[in-house]
Amino acid sequence: MVTSALFFLFAGLAIACAISMVYHKNPLYSAISLIGVFIALSCVYVTLAAPFIAAVQVLIYAGAIMVLVIFVILLLNLDDDRPLNRLKYLYGVGVGLGLILLVQTLFIFYAVARTPNHGVEMNESVGKTLSIGTAMYSEYLLPVEIVGVLLLMAIIGAVMMVRRLNQPELEKVVAEELTRRNEAQEIGDYRISL
Amino acid sequence: MESAAKTAFPFIVWFVAVLIAFQGVLMIVAYTVLAERKVLGWIQGRIGPNRVGPWGLLQPFADLLKFIFKEDLVPDKSTKFVYYLAPIVALTCALMPMVVYPFGPAITTVDWSFLPWHLGDGIRALPLTISQIDVGVLFVLGITSVGVYGIALAGWSSNSKYSLMGGLRSSAQMISYELAMGAAVLGPVMLAGTLDLNGIIYAQQQSIFRWYILPQFIAFIVFLIAAFAETNRVPFDLPEAETELVAGFHTEYSALKFALFFMAEYVNMFTVSVMCTVLFLGGWYVPGLSHLVEVGSIPYALVSHIVFIGKICAFLFFYIWVRGTLPRFRFDQLMNFGWKFLLPVALLNVIVTIVVVYFLNV
Repeated sequence: MVTSALFFLFAGLAIACAISMVYHKNPLYSAISLIGVFIALSCVYVTLAAPFIAAVQVLIYAGAIMVLVIFVILLLNLDDDRPLNRLKYLYGVGVGLGLILLVQTLFIFYAVARTPNHGVEMNESVGKTLSIGTAMYSEYLLPVEIVGVLLLMAIIGAVMMVRRLNQPELEKVVAEELTRRNEAQEIGDYRISL
Repeated sequence: MESAAKTAFPFIVWFVAVLIAFQGVLMIVAYTVLAERKVLGWIQGRIGPNRVGPWGLLQPFADLLKFIFKEDLVPDKSTKFVYYLAPIVALTCALMPMVVYPFGPAITTVDWSFLPWHLGDGIRALPLTISQIDVGVLFVLGITSVGVYGIALAGWSSNSKYSLMGGLRSSAQMISYELAMGAAVLGPVMLAGTLDLNGIIYAQQQSIFRWYILPQFIAFIVFLIAAFAETNRVPFDLPEAETELVAGFHTEYSALKFALFFMAEYVNMFTVSVMCTVLFLGGWYVPGLSHLVEVGSIPYALVSHIVFIGKICAFLFFYIWVRGTLPRFRFDQLMNFGWKFLLPVALLNVIVTIVVVYFLNV
């Protein structure tokens, strides 16, 4: 009883934060809402008896990745008065993907409803750190290794992208940014002028 | 009545436990502030606060009253919602790890049958931990890493150049040193084979070294340095470097909102001291105590608890001592040190530990 009440509380919170993330104009508010989604999701994981996934969710998504996102937003100083040029055709794609997700969810409900209700055996060790580690490094070793290589490729790609600008191009970008900041300095908006 | 009492009993016990832990930690934190001012005074050849109460002992309460009654200024062009949110986030994330601190060993020898309505039936042990979860180490690391937002958002929402620089510096610094800290934590965790804080203490009792500081000395040093950076303390207090940034991320905060940041910093110091004690110094474990008093009895728990608090206070003293001794790093020195020295050393330690643990367990 308590568990399902908590589940609905945190699931509702996650959905509310997700909606707020999509609808906020200010990217910083969107990022804060996304942190809310991650924390609410991790609470849901706790109610589902998966403490390891919950802790890692907070540690990696809320604690590391979103810090980087917020850092970039603070550095770029995107404000309300500088509208993001959203891509119009993405609305259609979003509606399509949403429909697919809805159908998937309905299919899962249908499949669960059709399955005869045999008792699920409760296994205490499932969701604990030891069982997850053992499974990752024995049964699922190959996928783990593949993901590791994938992440390495992403890092190399990021380094290559950073080094792409040559010196004249770099100077041009820096000069543009400096002009923008000087303009902001004149109107006294310190968040941009830095 | 009896069934209702039986249902409510665990929740009442939890509530009381949270209340005691909360009060205890906040009192230690309040007196850390006083100790800091006293010890800094002695280091610098001064007396320190000695006017409020005997030997200045009531100074924390005077400070708190002053914080409460100061005028609460809000900058005109700040982003109000985030401005109010930031100190709350900082203090909440600082206080939440308290739930998993292992304050002492479980009390197992007391007979609970004297409780009315058979409330004591089936209770065999009273753990001195509010909630013993399987992933205590990850929980503490995760919650404290969320605490960065308090500082970063405070810096952004104040709409002041000093605050913004402080917020940016703090988020860059915390990301950099969190990696080294995580890698340092891995050493003791691998030796113990568990992420549970009490489990790590029990594993240290069973190991031949008794304290993990001996086999994991490099990890201990790395953890300690990273802990200084994570809590924004001297010599890594760049987010609030007075000489460059006025007061850094809390320049625009006054009264109780500033007090929340102040408390969050000291509670964070307490948290990393707890982690250091548990991971490297055996937590509440006193070698040889089990020969003197029965394991699980109340005196055993009491002595262990006092020793635990004593180890934490030693770390807090070390923080103050370093603050009175060392100057501040430059920002590029900080980044170079974190990425080019601390992280490689921590990773090397992890690799060596993996190899040793593997060959010991074969």
